[in-house]
Amino acid sequence: MENNHGKNKRIFMTILVHLFLIILVLIIVLPMCWLFLNSLKTNQEMFRDSIALPAVPRFENWINAWNKGLYNYFLSSLITSAMSIAGILLLSSLLAYGLTRLNLPGSGIFFIIVLGGMALSEQVALVPLFKMIQALGLYNTRLAVVLPYIAFRIPFTMFLLRSYFLGIPKELEEAAILDGATTLQIFYRIVLPISRPVLASAAIVNLNFVWNEFLFANIFLEDRKLMTIPLGLMTFQGDLKSDYVTMLAGILIASMPMVIMYLCMQKQFVRGLTSGAVKG
Amino acid sequence: MKKKVKWSNYLYIIPGLFMVLAFVYVPIITNVVYSFFRLSSYSSSMKFVALDNYRRLFTSDTFPVMIRNNIYYCVISLIVQVGFGTVIALVLESKLVGRMNAFYRSVYFIPSLISLTAVGLMFNFIYNPTAGMLNGFLKAIGQPGLQQIWLGDRKLAIFCIIAMSQWQYTGYIAMLMIVAFQNVSMDYIEAAIIDGAGPIRRAISIYIPLAKEQLLVCSIITVIGAFKLFTEVYTTTSGGPGDASQVLGLFLYQNAFLHDDMGMAAATGVLIFVITVTLSIIQLRITRSGQD
Repeated sequence: MENNHGKNKRIFMTILVHLFLIILVLIIVLPMCWLFLNSLKTNQEMFRDSIALPAVPRFENWINAWNKGLYNYFLSSLITSAMSIAGILLLSSLLAYGLTRLNLPGSGIFFIIVLGGMALSEQVALVPLFKMIQALGLYNTRLAVVLPYIAFRIPFTMFLLRSYFLGIPKELEEAAILDGATTLQIFYRIVLPISRPVLASAAIVNLNFVWNEFLFANIFLEDRKLMTIPLGLMTFQGDLKSDYVTMLAGILIASMPMVIMYLCMQKQFVRGLTSGAVKG
Repeated sequence: MKKKVKWSNYLYIIPGLFMVLAFVYVPIITNVVYSFFRLSSYSSSMKFVALDNYRRLFTSDTFPVMIRNNIYYCVISLIVQVGFGTVIALVLESKLVGRMNAFYRSVYFIPSLISLTAVGLMFNFIYNPTAGMLNGFLKAIGQPGLQQIWLGDRKLAIFCIIAMSQWQYTGYIAMLMIVAFQNVSMDYIEAAIIDGAGPIRRAISIYIPLAKEQLLVCSIITVIGAFKLFTEVYTTTSGGPGDASQVLGLFLYQNAFLHDDMGMAAATGVLIFVITVTLSIIQLRITRSGQD
């Protein structure tokens, strides 16, 4: 009797919990489904009834959005991200290596200085950075965003890599030193290969940042050829005016890469994000 | 045996250190200097005005509006993202969910991977009074009386933006909390089960206290995010209608790049700096204290 009652209660609770979680799933998914459906309609259909199904799914909206400039913004985002991430990983790993493995006097202070950068937000630097970029003649070039991206992401990345480097056993290095390896050889022959998983996490988390960054891109870039996707989408909206469905298709396409990336590499994503929590 | 310092080894840290100093620290210090001057983006001439930028900032009609909006955003985000996000994490970690766990977790997390711009533009459409999802839905369920102009309504605009952010980030905080809960040793939980503690009891006496550090970190990043708020507002209302949904971050941007009042922008920047750095120092204290 008692046992049966407990079992029933448990089943009831399980159903209740799933119901709660499914309602949340609907809240998250419905706006996305609505976006998807309307990206397949004509503008007239959307205005007549935006929550009805499309009469005929018009995939040409997607092709249209892609050809009307999205393609160009994608390409630009790829180049900007590749440059930024290469810079971030290179400088951060050298920095983390120098601070953890070489017993340099002052390491502690340098660590605090770099880490402190994590607390400083982009907006506070915005006005002087704009003047600096202008003075350096970098305004409206790719470096105008790449250099600040690298600088603002080094603190987090260094922090992430440092804790991993600290865990690498000293014996590996000592053996290499006996074999006559230089510190640079130890760095790229031992430390970097061992750290591949954490480098992957760092790359993905930084990619998520650079790919979605808007504030700097919006202010430092003017040329359409240089615009990254978030900025491109804003420009796109201005170009398309009342062609809503193409715009919706554009938003949809622009959102896909990071979502697909997450679905393929969940473990690296979660590890990277949770090891140094920062938002936006 | 003391090793001799090889000075060339400093070459490992110099490039990274230089970048952080040149592009993060120097601008932020310069910003403090700028806040005492009147200056324009088109010329290099600067006029010293002492505290005038701050006086204009604190006495402007928009100031109380922005502070109120940033605080609304902050408080609601703490309740929904951190509070409710933690509840979701607890539910997902309870024994009741089983295999579906990973599915729910991923669905809730996905919005945080979409750029703020895309989310902002998408919600522009969802809130659109004529062709939007929300009004369409209200009509479909026979409640056209509840239809609103959403982002066009002075009172509702900021709350529409706040709601959008909750949609985007609650799952992110839930994910951070899930990872913290997974680090709670099974020994504690098994001991509690043997003692007859139910799921709610376990949540309150074991999970929350043992993950309180992560809970604090989540609270602080949420609060910092609230005072850095910019893209969400820029892409939806641009601070309107009027100044009804104005926030500090957008005010800074508009002064610097639309009204060519960079001194005022710099003063706003200093205010954001003071708020966010104070909170970050608290965050670093917490994370570091947990490590040793």
